[in-house]
Amino acid sequence: MNPAFSVIFLTTLIGVGQGLFLALFSSQTYSIVNVLPPQPGSYYALGGAIALTFLVGGLVASFFHLGHPERAWRAATQWRTSWLSREVIALPLVMGLVFVYAAVNWLGLDADLFGWGLHGQIPLIVGTLGAAATLGLFLCTSMIYGAIKFLQEWASPLTVVNFFLMGSASGFAFAAAYAAFMAPGVVEFYAGWAITLTVAAFASRAASLLRNARIKRIASIQTAIGVRHSKVQQRSMGFMGGSYNTRDYFHGKSLAFLKSVKWIFLVLVFPVPVLLLWLGLTLGNPVVYVVAFAVQYVGLLFERWFFFAQANHPQNLYYQVVG
Amino acid sequence: MTQLALVIDLNVCVGCHACVTSCKQWNTSGEAGPLFDDNPYGKDPTGTFFNRVQTYEVGEFPCTETLHFPKSCLHCEDAPCVPVCPTGASYKRAEDGIVLVNYDKCIGCKYCSWACPYGAREFDEKQKVMKKCTLCVDRIYDQSIPEDRRKPACVISCPTSARLFGDVHDPESEVSIAIREGGGYQLMPEWGTKPANHYLPRRKTKIRIHEDELVRADNPLRKEDIRKEKSTDITLDDWLM
Repeated sequence: MNPAFSVIFLTTLIGVGQGLFLALFSSQTYSIVNVLPPQPGSYYALGGAIALTFLVGGLVASFFHLGHPERAWRAATQWRTSWLSREVIALPLVMGLVFVYAAVNWLGLDADLFGWGLHGQIPLIVGTLGAAATLGLFLCTSMIYGAIKFLQEWASPLTVVNFFLMGSASGFAFAAAYAAFMAPGVVEFYAGWAITLTVAAFASRAASLLRNARIKRIASIQTAIGVRHSKVQQRSMGFMGGSYNTRDYFHGKSLAFLKSVKWIFLVLVFPVPVLLLWLGLTLGNPVVYVVAFAVQYVGLLFERWFFFAQANHPQNLYYQVVG
Repeated sequence: MTQLALVIDLNVCVGCHACVTSCKQWNTSGEAGPLFDDNPYGKDPTGTFFNRVQTYEVGEFPCTETLHFPKSCLHCEDAPCVPVCPTGASYKRAEDGIVLVNYDKCIGCKYCSWACPYGAREFDEKQKVMKKCTLCVDRIYDQSIPEDRRKPACVISCPTSARLFGDVHDPESEVSIAIREGGGYQLMPEWGTKPANHYLPRRKTKIRIHEDELVRADNPLRKEDIRKEKSTDITLDDWLM
């Protein structure tokens, strides 16, 4: 596939937004039961607003992928069958719940709903709904790719696991950077989980790379044209000037380029951020966390580019030779 | 239930591209608007087509065969491009099984083309919607056209009649008989898409003769082929000569 930058930014940006929201909500839940030091409502409100900004950024990026963005509302109608349609519903739902979460924290709304005598029960309820929607959005986004059986590199449960782990890891890394300036008491919590999630993401992404290196192609040139002969070659694809089929399904880069992108993302997304987060934990310098997040995010752009470029569509069997 | 489809005879196709140009002509002139062409007379011409003729070489020199292979939407019975569409613009008609795109609903997200293993869909860069073969749905039901001409443009234009059109669910239709008796097959059946379009394979007319049919042991002529000495008697032939 030829990677589209709109989709690369959409998936990475909403990943950060979702991960950041999960980080904020989990730390607030911990602080309600006094595992972590409590933070003022404004801390969660500002964090929620930043998460919302990431989500909006992703939404804006996604519109650049559409031929007719003004009709995008129609995309919410086929949720029964289409994962893309489900994402179109889940993304505004997450955005709305993150907004409400930030708002109730900002306004400091509090009520003893369950008679526990604890503060922060309203953010807890809104946050729980938001977290459920966030996990649903991870599922929808990743299943857009995982549900297409023709793209064998994507059609695996590992795609879902990768999207969840890498999105969450980058969100927790951002939360560590945010808390380093705003709430030093919870930095260790975020940074610790960012390291854990990054290591887990490395394991699952490495597993998918190994899987894809050993993939057995279901279709072949023989089944594509239905001729049983071990030697079949295309001599002409029927045109010379290129078409949608040649532009959108071939990245046109060399194998060496693809390989170098793989190693760049394998270094930038996993070991470097883990080292920097660990360095931040030992030094206590907030700037190190910012660098850790920035490096990981840039690495994720490479990762997503590679994710698309590596996928080999069976239609390419019909577009091998210009002539 | 009806499932309209094409049956393409690879034994007859000569790769002349008449179906490509007639398809382009018909479908660029219809109510749905033109099929976009970018830079048609320039350096890198490109455009949207519903139908392509490709060429393959089967075998290794000197034992090679050239295979011309027309490819358009196969109107799959279990069309994978339809359920993935987020807007419902991509749909399969219940009445005749034609897979169509509603250009007024399409948002141009290209997701349907990802879900087509055959590369049958092409994005129109001008109208910004996904397009594909319609089986000339605006032609085959047109009452103003003479009845025998109510066929897709590619079928009408094919100079060798390599393209047949009809209902593949009707067992007695021309296309069903061609598939059944001509060894018709589907493309990439391993994906389970159940393409409605079928292809007829290259065929060579051969007859298998066993050696004992050439030299028959029980040939009565062979037994009679014992040359007798010429009779000196006057026979009827002598009188006739």
